[in-house]
Amino acid sequence: MPASAPKFFANSIVALHGVGKIFDNAVSALDGFDLEIQRGEFVSLLGPSGCGKSTALRIVAGLTEPTVGAVVWNNTEPASRGERGIGFVFQEPTLMPWTNATGNVYLPLRLKGHDREQAAPQISAALTGVGLAEFANAYPRELSGGMKMRVSIARALVTHPRLLLMDEPFAALDEITRFKLNNDLLALWKAMGETVVFVTHSVFESVYLSSRIIVMTPRPGRIFTEIPVDVRYPRDEKFRTSPEYAALCRKVSVALSAAMAAGGGE
Amino acid sequence: MSVSRSAARARNRADQALRFILPLAALALGMLAWDLVVRLNAIPSYVLPGPVLVFATIITDWPVLWSSLLVTLTTTFEALLLALIGGVGLAVLFNRSRVFEYSFYPYAVILQVTPVIAIAPLLLIYLPQPAAVLVCAWIVAFFPVLANTTLGLNSVDRNLADLFRLYGATRTQILIHLKLPAALPFILGGLRIAGGLALIGAVVAAIAAGSAGAGSGLAYRIAESGYRLNIPRMFAALILLSIAGIAIFAALSLLSHLILRQWHESAVAPEN
Repeated sequence: MPASAPKFFANSIVALHGVGKIFDNAVSALDGFDLEIQRGEFVSLLGPSGCGKSTALRIVAGLTEPTVGAVVWNNTEPASRGERGIGFVFQEPTLMPWTNATGNVYLPLRLKGHDREQAAPQISAALTGVGLAEFANAYPRELSGGMKMRVSIARALVTHPRLLLMDEPFAALDEITRFKLNNDLLALWKAMGETVVFVTHSVFESVYLSSRIIVMTPRPGRIFTEIPVDVRYPRDEKFRTSPEYAALCRKVSVALSAAMAAGGGE
Repeated sequence: MSVSRSAARARNRADQALRFILPLAALALGMLAWDLVVRLNAIPSYVLPGPVLVFATIITDWPVLWSSLLVTLTTTFEALLLALIGGVGLAVLFNRSRVFEYSFYPYAVILQVTPVIAIAPLLLIYLPQPAAVLVCAWIVAFFPVLANTTLGLNSVDRNLADLFRLYGATRTQILIHLKLPAALPFILGGLRIAGGLALIGAVVAAIAAGSAGAGSGLAYRIAESGYRLNIPRMFAALILLSIAGIAIFAALSLLSHLILRQWHESAVAPEN
């Protein structure tokens, strides 16, 4: 995308150029995938399961190498993995069961060599940020599904990452918990000024959260279309019940159906 | 609702009590039958001593039996400690280096499947008797620790492993903060099996060495008493060995429970 090159250096964090991924079992997960992440935006990758959206996220995180194409970080960003300032939230809370909430949130700092005393204020700030200050000493098995996910988010945010990657983090939660976490996530995003890339298969979730939605085709994953959501933040329950929201959801749903037809999906 | 729940709890408690009382009742019945068979048939004590005589022997021969028990237990715990170090150490090395694992894992298996009773006489030729017994006990005890630790180290949550990679963790950090804690329940499970096996290994090797005359563990007492037709003492030593085995298993189970009770499903009490 040569046309976007000047803009790239101004305010983007990372860009994927012509990225393709073919797994060892010959399944093509991604093909010709171009994506540029701008500083401060909330981008959702929306698509059916198996459309390669998680693979794209893992490639950005450096957890999977692309078969072709390149991942280009803005050259003002430190290059080495671990120094890139990425936070990652998986679909499962992925907590260490042998340590409590504090121990889990401490992990990224511990791996960077911070001692526990020095890290304590950051840990408690991160736990307070997700509303779990009182559960600092609780073990994962003592927490509900939503609370575990909050710990997972606190862990991702404790290093103040420049880029927060989230892989269907709320897919396994009940709707009430999910709505609550959606609101809290938006509040955290505003407060911390992070950039978020959010993978989801929920049209409603993507519209509610995002400033930009990337609709993907299945097998192999390609970008079908891009839909900006020009609705001002903060968004709240009023937005969730507004005609504007309903209209956007309809628009995104139509795009998703078209994407699935184009990709030959089921 | 609450009535049925408290009824269920009472039933649960009765069930627990039965699990404790029934084996004891069975034991008492068995003792009674044993005693009756010996009395009614007037079996001489050098063929089959009655339970009363056996327990009397435990008390009268206590000084000899106690010092022998200590010898056996010392060997068992030394072997167990070495099995823990060797088993976990080898598993960590296997986990780190595939070349090392492929080269040596088959020999660990061979060492395990070869009956220790057949290895013992050979070891006794090359090693002093206590060392040979220790090595035999170690051979049978280390494999379950090795096998379980290997399984545990390979059972790490993939996403957690990815998370460690994402934060640029070193291999040592991954081992200490991720793999070993994840393997801990498996290591403790292996240790529980190894505890019983270490005792068996120590006894088997000592029996094999018994005719050589050296040593003074409980196994040696059994062999010696056999030669002297001191059958009551054979039974007494056997009972002490059983109790020692049960005590080792119970102690290791308790250790495992204490370490895991805060987080592992196996050690957490059910909610209702």
